[in-house]
Amino acid sequence: MSTTVVDARNLLCPLPVIRTQDAVAKLQPGDALQVWCTDPGVVHDIPAWCRVHGHDICNIDEREYEIVITIHVGGSGS
Amino acid sequence: MSQQPKAVALISGGLDSLLAARVVMGQGVYVEGINFFTGFCVEGHTHAIRKKDRARPKRNNALWSAEQLGIKLHIIDIIEEYKDVVINPKHGYGANLNPCLDCKIFMVDKAREWMDAHGFDFIITGEVIGQRPMSQRRDTMPVVARESGAEVRLVRPLCAQNLPATLPEIRGWLKRDKLYNFSGRSRRPQMALARKFGFEDYAQPAGGCCFLTDKQYTVKLADLWATRGTREYDLDDIMLLKVGRHLRPRPNFKIIVGREEGENRFLEGYRKRFVHMLPTSHTGPLVLLDGEISPADIELAARLTARFSQGRNADRVTIEVNGKGADTHYLDVVPLPTDEIPAGWYI
Repeated sequence: MSTTVVDARNLLCPLPVIRTQDAVAKLQPGDALQVWCTDPGVVHDIPAWCRVHGHDICNIDEREYEIVITIHVGGSGS
Repeated sequence: MSQQPKAVALISGGLDSLLAARVVMGQGVYVEGINFFTGFCVEGHTHAIRKKDRARPKRNNALWSAEQLGIKLHIIDIIEEYKDVVINPKHGYGANLNPCLDCKIFMVDKAREWMDAHGFDFIITGEVIGQRPMSQRRDTMPVVARESGAEVRLVRPLCAQNLPATLPEIRGWLKRDKLYNFSGRSRRPQMALARKFGFEDYAQPAGGCCFLTDKQYTVKLADLWATRGTREYDLDDIMLLKVGRHLRPRPNFKIIVGREEGENRFLEGYRKRFVHMLPTSHTGPLVLLDGEISPADIELAARLTARFSQGRNADRVTIEVNGKGADTHYLDVVPLPTDEIPAGWYI
């Protein structure tokens, strides 16, 4: 298992979702992905995207100006 | 076909595309959704920049639609390719800078490419004859099918009974009598169908999904093109048009003034690209300067910055001025009186 980090800070949704989607497409089931964001909309959108694609949210760390979301890549790919 | 037919649905986040996908799923077709991000989509979270708006719900309606339908949704970044649609629309613009017909053709064409690449059989859209003045007319809907290359593989389930039979109907994958004959601008049939399917809390009527239909926004875009002498843009340009007050005091430059803390923070992300300034003696906005700027322009921009600060009635306000590099200097300026800011400066 590896952890990949995506920097989506200063991007507005849906771009952080697209960056997440593009990163997940290169990962294997069981890998972890950490996405760094500033748009508060990601706390809704990235989990929603994960739900429809079968990935799990491990943690959402909401800091003062940044949000770090950790995803566990599921088995469905895409 | 022995296998289950597969369709890709253009999901905008509005009610029509949600219903169209649901109608086709109801006939046993496997559906996945596709949503295109042009950079001009209102569906993004631009409103979340402003601190006062952060309490609003921030869901992405395309993802919400996909969850309601229980389908995968692929969000595709088409910012670069979409520029040609905005800059050179073959079929022209609508009331503002909205190239609706070219946009629909482009998106269906991209969906066709996706369909071919992923082994899907046909495309679904939520179009309804007569719903829109440009892209959803009886005479333009065949243009979309033809110029996108989708032809008979493009299905509009909500008005299919008003149109010639498509490939999925001919092949027997879809029963025509289980498709619909909606037409016109009334939303009642869609609302009734939403009730039938048990959809509640859906995004309000299709429309207003693109900043290019917004007059205020397109005035700023037209100003950007006119002053640069070229109809080009990048993503940062079109994002910045959504944020702050924009004033053009002189033809060679404009200022972008953050209106509150959330916008100031967003504009901070652009400090390295722009000469920028902020008051230090009083609370006030971060201001970006865009254009070719002389020392006299800096002085004028500083006085405007002071005007939009809490020191607007003070004798003098200290302004920190930052170049694109590391150089920083300070100016003590008299805030520009309101009556010296012509309405025409506001873009």
